[in-house]
Amino acid sequence: MIRPINRRTFLGTAAAGLTLAASPLRGASAADPLKIGFVYVGPVGDFGWTHGHDIGRKAIEAKFGDKVKTTFVESVAEGPDAERVIRQLASSGNKLIFTTSFGYMEPTLKVAKSFPKVMFEHATGFKTAPNVSVYNSRFYEGRAIVGHIAGSLTKTGKIGYIASVPIPEVVMGINATAIAARKVRPDAEVKVVWVNSWYDPGKEGDAAKALIDQGVDIMTQHTDSPAPLQIAEQRGILGVGQASDMKNFAPKAQLTAIVDEWGPYYVERTQAMLDGTWKTSDTWHGLKEGFLSMAPYGDAVPEALRKEADDIKAGIIAGTYLPFAGPIKDQKGEVKIPEGKSIPDGDLLGMNWYVEGVQA
Amino acid sequence: MNIDTILPMLLTVIAAATPLLLASIGELVTEKAGVLNLGVEGMMLAGAVIAFATTVGTGSAALGIVAAMLAGMATALVFGVLTLTLMANQVATGLALTIFGIGLSSLIGSGYIGVPVEKLAHLDIAGLSDLPVIGPLLFGHDVLVYAAVAITFAVAWFLKHTRAGLILRAVGESDLSAHSIGYDVIKVRYMAVLFGGLCSGLAGAYLSLSYTPMWVEGMTAGRGWIALALVAFASWRPWRVLGGAYIFGGVTILQLYLQGSGGIGVPAQVMNMLPYLATIIVLTVISAGPWRGRLDAPACLGKPFRPAS
Repeated sequence: MIRPINRRTFLGTAAAGLTLAASPLRGASAADPLKIGFVYVGPVGDFGWTHGHDIGRKAIEAKFGDKVKTTFVESVAEGPDAERVIRQLASSGNKLIFTTSFGYMEPTLKVAKSFPKVMFEHATGFKTAPNVSVYNSRFYEGRAIVGHIAGSLTKTGKIGYIASVPIPEVVMGINATAIAARKVRPDAEVKVVWVNSWYDPGKEGDAAKALIDQGVDIMTQHTDSPAPLQIAEQRGILGVGQASDMKNFAPKAQLTAIVDEWGPYYVERTQAMLDGTWKTSDTWHGLKEGFLSMAPYGDAVPEALRKEADDIKAGIIAGTYLPFAGPIKDQKGEVKIPEGKSIPDGDLLGMNWYVEGVQA
Repeated sequence: MNIDTILPMLLTVIAAATPLLLASIGELVTEKAGVLNLGVEGMMLAGAVIAFATTVGTGSAALGIVAAMLAGMATALVFGVLTLTLMANQVATGLALTIFGIGLSSLIGSGYIGVPVEKLAHLDIAGLSDLPVIGPLLFGHDVLVYAAVAITFAVAWFLKHTRAGLILRAVGESDLSAHSIGYDVIKVRYMAVLFGGLCSGLAGAYLSLSYTPMWVEGMTAGRGWIALALVAFASWRPWRVLGGAYIFGGVTILQLYLQGSGGIGVPAQVMNMLPYLATIIVLTVISAGPWRGRLDAPACLGKPFRPAS
């Protein structure tokens, strides 16, 4: 039934609307879910980085159910678009916003200034604000384990590394792999090919082919698609998965994979918001806190080596195995870190030099 | 460098060039008829996901390839109806088609992430594939690699030597003249657009069945745009499209190999610029000197046809 709008019904409706609008306390009642927004750099179906974050988002939903409402925006370019998207999420009632790529750092800080009541969480950044926290994962811990396995299994002494974009995080990963590999195989070489992209399956695969044609017999990657591992499988060499367990793509080739685990952190921060205890923090966690895990070993990893890898993992968790412990030489052979010292976190986060054994 | 190092590199170049060649030869025909379809990336993604889903579902790569052609044509048909029949702006519609293709393909593909598929089989030609060097280089590919080259030959011949090709070019150069002597401009353009869709679909199928046999969202990674650029780069000539695709693929691959071989001392970022640098150089060379003035786009490119009735 359509009611004709006359003056009376119009006023009545308007009054009802006003009452609602005039009771801000109602808006804060327990019935309203906490709105949480996510900004992703890639598609949720990339089977790599963004896929991992989306699993984290789903962990929030699974844990809190109706108490939260999450939304995400995917494939957001790192640039002016990012700021627009973050601003949009903040102004549409999201109280907690996760921005999940390094390039979102400045846009996040900028938007956070105009929305002091909204809390922001930026992945892999290093700048905080009263309402901006940063969180990152010590991926290099996983790469130390990978380096050890690769150094033990390589026959040619050449380990391939498909590198994404030249930021300290990637250089750190290359170096961690090389250091660990050379502990077991002193003449091991890590051959690096940069594809200057986080995600381009075709190009990642081509880079893998280039490396294999040049004698690499173990493939590691710092890019997000399973393409390099798939090439490794086809060509009959070994490889390591990235961000997700990629065994489906390379049942014979995959030695293990470094698996991102954002869920526990996301759940913890959401809980803090619900409890009203959210505070700015700078979190850089690793294997110990469960920010990353290693996928089950593939058949190509012999029993004894599994034990060694597990020991390294236990050592990292206990703090007795330091992936960046001296002596560490740079590419020219000069000692950068003397015996008995380890590279401090601050220097790791700005790492821009290669260790001995890296060929790039 | 000897043949043992160059051969695998050449094989990789052929693989990298094939999707570019397929997509751009289709777009070339579309543009020759006077229609600018910027939706290549979207049509490729549609082809890629449908090819993958069909192959996984039926276990037949042949059916996957056929389905990809149909998917490419279906998306092209949407474009055709909007721009040719309803006379929507071609640039805007093409961009929308790309966005639509990205969205639709992720929706369809969401159940196929992380599912592996058998790589498209190489055609084994008895005896020939086993020849040293020539064997793997010329006779060791899958059907789509040959299809790409065959389609290019066919298109070149069609445009130059057939009456239908002449009509198609006439429609692209002067739609009103073609109309006034009795040719059905809209029909010709529909066919050209559909052929473009078919080729883009094949390019997508090559990506998801052969190049990287898997489905992940956005796996074309901008190749549709490179294909579009290649058509202009080739100044709307099939043979130059063929050359351009191999040059572009070649330079991309070469820089990966140079990085891997180490010791050239050039930063990776400079190496990554090479394909684009090569494009600029070739474009400059083509548009200067004896070739000047032959960088000619079809005169009616991008203009909707409104017959004076």
